[in-house]
Amino acid sequence: MEAIVLRIISRMLIPFIQLFGLYVIMNGHLSPGGGFPGGVIVGSSMVLFALAFGLAEGQKKVPHGISLIMEGGGALWYGALGLVSILAGANYLTNKGANFPLGEPGTLFSSGLVFLLTLGIGIKVASTVVTLYYNLAEGKAHD
Amino acid sequence: MNSAVLPLVFQYTLLVFLILCALAVAKTRDLLGAAIIWAAFSLIVSVLWLLLEAPDVSITEAAIGAGLTTLLFIVTVSKTRRAE
Repeated sequence: MEAIVLRIISRMLIPFIQLFGLYVIMNGHLSPGGGFPGGVIVGSSMVLFALAFGLAEGQKKVPHGISLIMEGGGALWYGALGLVSILAGANYLTNKGANFPLGEPGTLFSSGLVFLLTLGIGIKVASTVVTLYYNLAEGKAHD
Repeated sequence: MNSAVLPLVFQYTLLVFLILCALAVAKTRDLLGAAIIWAAFSLIVSVLWLLLEAPDVSITEAAIGAGLTTLLFIVTVSKTRRAE
């Protein structure tokens, strides 16, 4: 299992893949993209590391337990952010009705709640991809 | 050839390749090869979404169809048999 070309190329590529995934997540509410595709790109980079360097090395970087916690934490973050709208005096998960800004093209942090929601989706999807790969590669069922 | 016809030619070429890829996936006996042809299918669909002015769907298709699905198929093939 001496895949020297694969290891060097993936070590060079992984930072750029993760940077592009974060770009897609962060610009998701103003331009094409969003939490789901960006999260898949970030998660795929971690899976690429685990494929190139072996499952044990990958689980040293992102352990199975931490990816499980991040998976639940992303969903919890999304659900808890909905309560912020209630605190601001509007319905659950409302953005415009609670007088948060709607966002303007070209300005990154200008859209109130939506950016934070997209970030939560990104974390959730990225860790879901990693957990899915770990469960498949370890060869045992999810318990 | 005027400028309105050229994108149509490109789209129809891509659609022909799409049908060829779908037939090849169904006909291939090698499961790893079928997974790779399936990734090519997803990439062509992704370019078609872009030409139909749906860049959001295009990014998602490229990430899910060409990236994640192929990865899961290849892991499954490496866990089981390669020939059908």
